[in-house]
Amino acid sequence: MDAQHLKDTTVEVTEENGPLTIRGLTVFYDQKPAVFSIDATFRKGRMTAIVGPNGAGKSTLLKAALGIVKPLSGSTSVFGAPLEHMRRRIAYVPQRASVDWDFPARVSDVVGMGLYSELGLLGRFTGAHGKRVTSCLARVGMEDFADRQIGQLSGGQQQRVFLARALAQDADLYLLDEPFAGVDAATERAIIDVLKALRDEGKTVVAVHHDLTTVPDYFDDVLILNVQKVSEGSVEDAFTQDALNKAYGGRLAMAEIDPVPITA
Amino acid sequence: MTGAEFVPFSLVPMLVGVLAAIACALPGNFLVLRRQALIGDAISHVVLPGIVVAFVVTGTIATWPMLIGSAVAALVAVALIEGISRFGRIEPGAAMGVTFTAMFAGGVLLLEQSDTSGVHLDVEHALFGNLESLIWLDATGWASLIDPAALSGLPEELIRISVVALVMALLLLLFWRPLALSTFDENFASTVGLPVRAIALGLVIAAAIAAVTAFDAVGSIIVIAMFICPPAAARLMTNRLGMQVVWSVAFATVSAVVGFVLAGYGPLWFGLENAVSAAGMIGTVSGVILVLAATFGPTRK
Repeated sequence: MDAQHLKDTTVEVTEENGPLTIRGLTVFYDQKPAVFSIDATFRKGRMTAIVGPNGAGKSTLLKAALGIVKPLSGSTSVFGAPLEHMRRRIAYVPQRASVDWDFPARVSDVVGMGLYSELGLLGRFTGAHGKRVTSCLARVGMEDFADRQIGQLSGGQQQRVFLARALAQDADLYLLDEPFAGVDAATERAIIDVLKALRDEGKTVVAVHHDLTTVPDYFDDVLILNVQKVSEGSVEDAFTQDALNKAYGGRLAMAEIDPVPITA
Repeated sequence: MTGAEFVPFSLVPMLVGVLAAIACALPGNFLVLRRQALIGDAISHVVLPGIVVAFVVTGTIATWPMLIGSAVAALVAVALIEGISRFGRIEPGAAMGVTFTAMFAGGVLLLEQSDTSGVHLDVEHALFGNLESLIWLDATGWASLIDPAALSGLPEELIRISVVALVMALLLLLFWRPLALSTFDENFASTVGLPVRAIALGLVIAAAIAAVTAFDAVGSIIVIAMFICPPAAARLMTNRLGMQVVWSVAFATVSAVVGFVLAGYGPLWFGLENAVSAAGMIGTVSGVILVLAATFGPTRK
């Protein structure tokens, strides 16, 4: 599969050249399966939520697909090629709590890290790069904070900085781990707007998500899992009470969520 | 003080102290940010069994066998720490603690069992090094700095630590971006294809090389202090990583110079007769700088 052809819209998007395809992915932590034999296909130009109860392996699935965690078995293909050849087309937003925000860096330094793939070890950071950092910050409404130390930001602002760094990566596939965890309502709105704009440009967005009530509003597709895959597909087809009961073990009351939006 | 006195007796130890401090402080910045600052402590302790084994094997206390023994011991320790924390699922701090106490204890036993009575292998030497003994006998004054014959008589400790300090600085410049990126956000760094494990291991190996070389010249007190104090104080002066490294180099230099001068002349000012250990005083000054930075630093919490 020639990577050059993938940008050509006349090429039919199949499972083989789609943005992200996971086959038989299994990850063990301490002799216990965190993720067991999961197959999943994420579709181009769609926003997909990965949902499931705590400890269901949502983040692990994402990390294993990205090679951060070594899977016991299984494979990942990105735009029809092995992950290693397609890293430039992937942007990743880790969980906000996974880093130490006391690190000596300004907001613009963190966003600039998104340019590493382009700059390499010693490539010169030019004025054009600086402008891109500023415009990525503007897209998340943080352009006035460029010189702020990252530890001085609120949780929502830190999450926006992480998103701006992913935007700086200028990727085709965006993978986000709990982007709405612990953020204020305004930030949640700002993030979802950016993600929807990306999708409308034909980019693919995949997010680990824990707020079931917003799944139908925010996402097109859903992958429900609890160590094993429970259901997968468009929100209309896959986000059913039945599937949620199976994943959450019947702990969810019907009234808590609105699984399938009632549409004509 | 005249050049004829300063150059042969004080210039070289002062330079060795400054370069050793810088060589340790440079990787120390990243170790402190990764909460691995104790690795300097660990390496300094595991050097003892390395030295004893090298002596048992070669029967001499010549510099190179000692250096190689120390380096091998440091690498064994790094592998053990990594192995214990990975396979035993023990937090790295505890793994370091277990490794360096066990290896140090093993070194003490080995020292007891081996016939080292006839040679100068003792704990005091290991702690304080021999900074004051690094005199430049061929020097007669400032003019000796441009005299090739005199320069060839420079103590080899100075040459070694100069090379190591330079290598540390070059490695830091070359790998600045991967180091900064993987120290701040290891998960993200691995998604852009950086070999984060190798970077972490490379940093510890670089720190081990700095520690072993500095240890040979200045003893473990300076090594332990310089891995932690200048970077920690520097963090309190700035919110930018690059500036933090610059501050840490400045603090390391000031600690070494002020510590050396205070140790040599301070006691005389107070009417005491004998100078005190330069290594001890340099470590103390770096601690005082840290206290001052923690009290007055602009970016303290």
